[in-house]
Amino acid sequence: MIAPTGAGKTLAGFLPSLVELEARGKRKPGSAGNGIHTLYISPLKALAVDIARNLEAPVSEMDLAVRLETRTGDTPSHKRQRQKLNPPDILLTTPEQIALLLSDPASARMFASLRTVILDELHALVTSKRGDLLALGLARLRRLAPNLRTIGLSATVAEPDDLRAYLVDQPDPDGRALSHVVEVAGGAKPDISILDSEERVPWSGHSSRYAIADIYKLIKAHNVSLLFVNTRSQAEMVFQELWRINDDTLPIALHHGSLDVGQRRKVETAMASGALKAVVATSSLDMGIDWGDIDLVINIGAPKGASRLAQRIGRANHRMDEPSKAILIPSNRFEVLECQAALAASMRGDQDTPPLRQGALDVLAQHLLGLACADPLDALDVFNEMRSSETYRHLDWETFERVLDFVATGGYSLKSYDQYAKLRKGQDGLWRISHPKIAQQYRLNVGTIVEAPMLKVRLVRSKASGRRTPVGRGGRVLGEMEEYFLEQMAPGDTFLFGGEVVRFEGIRENEAYVSRTTSDNPMIPSYMGGKFPLSTYLAEGVRTMLATPETWKALPEQVRDWLTIQQEKSVLPAKDGLLVETFPRANKHYMVCYPFEGRLAHQTLGMLLTKRLERLGANPLGFVANDYALAVWGLGDLSLLFSSGRIPLDRLFEEDILGDDLDAWLAESSLMKRTFRNCAVIAGLIERRHPGLEKSGRQVTVSSDLIYDVLRAHEPDHILLKATWNDAAEGLLDISRLGELLARIRGRITHTELPHVSPLAVPILLEIGKEPVYGEAMDTLLAEAAEELVLEAME
Amino acid sequence: MSALTSHLRKYAAAPVCHDIQINGQLVGLHDSGILWWPDESTLVVADLHLEKGSSYARRGVMLPPYDTGATLEKLAGVIDAFDPACVVCLGDSFHDPDGSDRLPAPYRAMLTTLQLGREWIWVTGNHDPIAPVRLCGVTVDEITIGPLTFRHEPIEKVGSTSTAGEICGHLHPAARVRRFGRSIRRACFVTDGTRLVLPAFGALTGGLNVTDEAYGMLFRRRQFSVFMLGNDRLFPFTASRLVGD
Repeated sequence: MIAPTGAGKTLAGFLPSLVELEARGKRKPGSAGNGIHTLYISPLKALAVDIARNLEAPVSEMDLAVRLETRTGDTPSHKRQRQKLNPPDILLTTPEQIALLLSDPASARMFASLRTVILDELHALVTSKRGDLLALGLARLRRLAPNLRTIGLSATVAEPDDLRAYLVDQPDPDGRALSHVVEVAGGAKPDISILDSEERVPWSGHSSRYAIADIYKLIKAHNVSLLFVNTRSQAEMVFQELWRINDDTLPIALHHGSLDVGQRRKVETAMASGALKAVVATSSLDMGIDWGDIDLVINIGAPKGASRLAQRIGRANHRMDEPSKAILIPSNRFEVLECQAALAASMRGDQDTPPLRQGALDVLAQHLLGLACADPLDALDVFNEMRSSETYRHLDWETFERVLDFVATGGYSLKSYDQYAKLRKGQDGLWRISHPKIAQQYRLNVGTIVEAPMLKVRLVRSKASGRRTPVGRGGRVLGEMEEYFLEQMAPGDTFLFGGEVVRFEGIRENEAYVSRTTSDNPMIPSYMGGKFPLSTYLAEGVRTMLATPETWKALPEQVRDWLTIQQEKSVLPAKDGLLVETFPRANKHYMVCYPFEGRLAHQTLGMLLTKRLERLGANPLGFVANDYALAVWGLGDLSLLFSSGRIPLDRLFEEDILGDDLDAWLAESSLMKRTFRNCAVIAGLIERRHPGLEKSGRQVTVSSDLIYDVLRAHEPDHILLKATWNDAAEGLLDISRLGELLARIRGRITHTELPHVSPLAVPILLEIGKEPVYGEAMDTLLAEAAEELVLEAME
Repeated sequence: MSALTSHLRKYAAAPVCHDIQINGQLVGLHDSGILWWPDESTLVVADLHLEKGSSYARRGVMLPPYDTGATLEKLAGVIDAFDPACVVCLGDSFHDPDGSDRLPAPYRAMLTTLQLGREWIWVTGNHDPIAPVRLCGVTVDEITIGPLTFRHEPIEKVGSTSTAGEICGHLHPAARVRRFGRSIRRACFVTDGTRLVLPAFGALTGGLNVTDEAYGMLFRRRQFSVFMLGNDRLFPFTASRLVGD
């Protein structure tokens, strides 16, 4: 069932179950239970709990003979135990819990009479490894209960057939079986506009500071506003700036994934009860629960994707017959173009949700172990079961065997661990776990969400101001932050956290101590959360717009001028080609290109280009990338090298750059190591760190970086390195998109030699020198530098 | 041959080390993480943690089984280069007490070959409190040669004469420096000139930052230096330049 927010699809999904359960009648006291009739699976445990509450009301009003319960990570163990012995009719839960239940020897009995599975927010589930895990779980459920009916509930997506195939058994390796589909046409078209500010739209940056006064006016003029930003640091910044000018002390709150859970719940409750005027939020509020009467969504910064924006806007006005109202605030000039492209897409109702993923191998390994914990397994049966899901239909027997070998003994070509095998093949040809503690280990490691190691952030008294006493314990916990970010800090550094300026004091065990400070120029935390790359679809929209000046009349005048001067001074990037500009500046030579393929792909390309230019003797010094462009600079005269043909551009951007250069770089890449760590945890090679169970020393655990190095050196073909590579290609390195770019621009590269920087190159050049963490003083310097650059380009 | 030229010859033969004095003795720190004592032609190596992979595998955590091979190959490299008359392994040579028994035959042969023609001293550690089985060498809890004492765990006393000349391992020291907003973390030697802690040599051994409280039991606050291991050289830093994890 595909319908926009507010159409009531969740309750509709439950109707068939309620009808059947009512017909089945009440269980007689003392008789054996019927087992679970309906499973409801949602990506958010809060959503499962919320739906249970919403469902209980009609069930009790109609006096239906239906018992419904939730089961999440928070459910107490005695209740879970009871649910196994005496299952409810309807169980509302999450993908991880399904995996846990399926690893239980009692699962066959528990699910024997399962009739319906309802998958909520399916569009969000299938884009991640959680979706892979769920796909495998579904395949098992279908085997335990052959007459199973699956119902998927989804927001509007680009390819409904992907979801339809995901839901059903795929018996035919060549054809694609599809479920039935009910599509509810979108309700009223949303009322979206782009902020038309009197202020100058900045050339670069993501602060949107220029628009704060406008945003404040909008908040005042509406009942309840929801302000979406892309990163947690933006959230902190916008929140801080709003309060700086909040003369009417409007109740404006902050909500992001790093804040303490208690704090977040407080904000959510206040929001639902109408006590707030506005909330600044990251994607932590993208999905799910109904927050009362929001009448305006303000999207600050780049929309990144058309569907993403549509879902955010859907959070306003949860009634589908009334238009949702939204205002887009671009934080720089390129974002003006992106907002315009997103607006056009939204008017047409176009979608750009990503295509269905191919199931990951680390998830496969985890699930295999889970199945073996439940029952002795027959390899061929399980292989066929897994291939019956759309997500894993590509799986071949050889890969499957290697994963099985990995689960059993680590999958190394050096067979020295056979005596310690986790799985053993018996005389009957079935695989069994070698010891009950293996099942225990599995249960502690289940799930596909691997958080970056986090430290609690605790407020303490400062030891600055001359106090000699040790930092006191016992302050309030403000929330959590990524360990690697805190590692970069020195005591005395200041940053924004939870809307306050705090001073970093130090790290004790697994807590970071901070104190209140009066400093009003904090460094800004640049934590990773929520930096999505620009979607391919919007990128195309932006490229098209740039290449067709007739469409510029929709743009603000200052942006139009910017593009017009670019047209005069240089050339405009063609729709399907690649524009490469070279120019000298301050004793260095710059190359700026405009692929519009998103930050991740550009970073990878930048890394590879510098490696290649180095080999070709062009002396590159560095590069910088954003969502739209990539700049490389160095000592060699790039204009001359390119125009003289000593370095042919076609050769520079040839697809073979994804071969040796990439391989050499990957050995050292910290992105690759981070990806490997996630795979190793999911696949069960290294154990998760459990809060409370972990020893005091954070250093005691085996470092995944060391394992990665040893594995690369001694067994580069290991299945886990393959899994890591697959992940990196789609994830942090975005190699697949880079590959598409290189293919697209082949033979279509335009090179322009310029005497100085072009207007289009100004934004990316302004990103140079911005460290992940930067202070206000730095901003001032950059601002001065920016003025010079702009004059140079526009004069 | 005069004493001086024989002394110089030893230097000429050995790879380049960073020379320092510990308790008045000239010793060389090498970027592989070993200590070279030219006067006694002795090579000192700490925390090999052989068979760490299989130790985890016994508990169902299948780490790559290549750690022992990698460690021994690296050890063979430095032994070939220095050709020491004596090798001292400073404890935790095996990751657990059964490690030496589990040692696969090819590695046992490799290790035995390294031991040929030289004295070999196994200092016991907390991971391997007993003598390794079916291997050559003498096993001691600690040993004093001239002004230097070799033991696994450092004695937790700051500035005492009883710890002067102590050469130890156990802590797996690592240090972090920060530059241009980025930080680099490496295994390192730690010393205040009277005692020395060696970095862990084993392939799968992590490190404990020298700003940790554990080092406060050994050195006066910020009164020590580290030598961080680079690819082909050591990088010395004073304690005040270092940051915690």
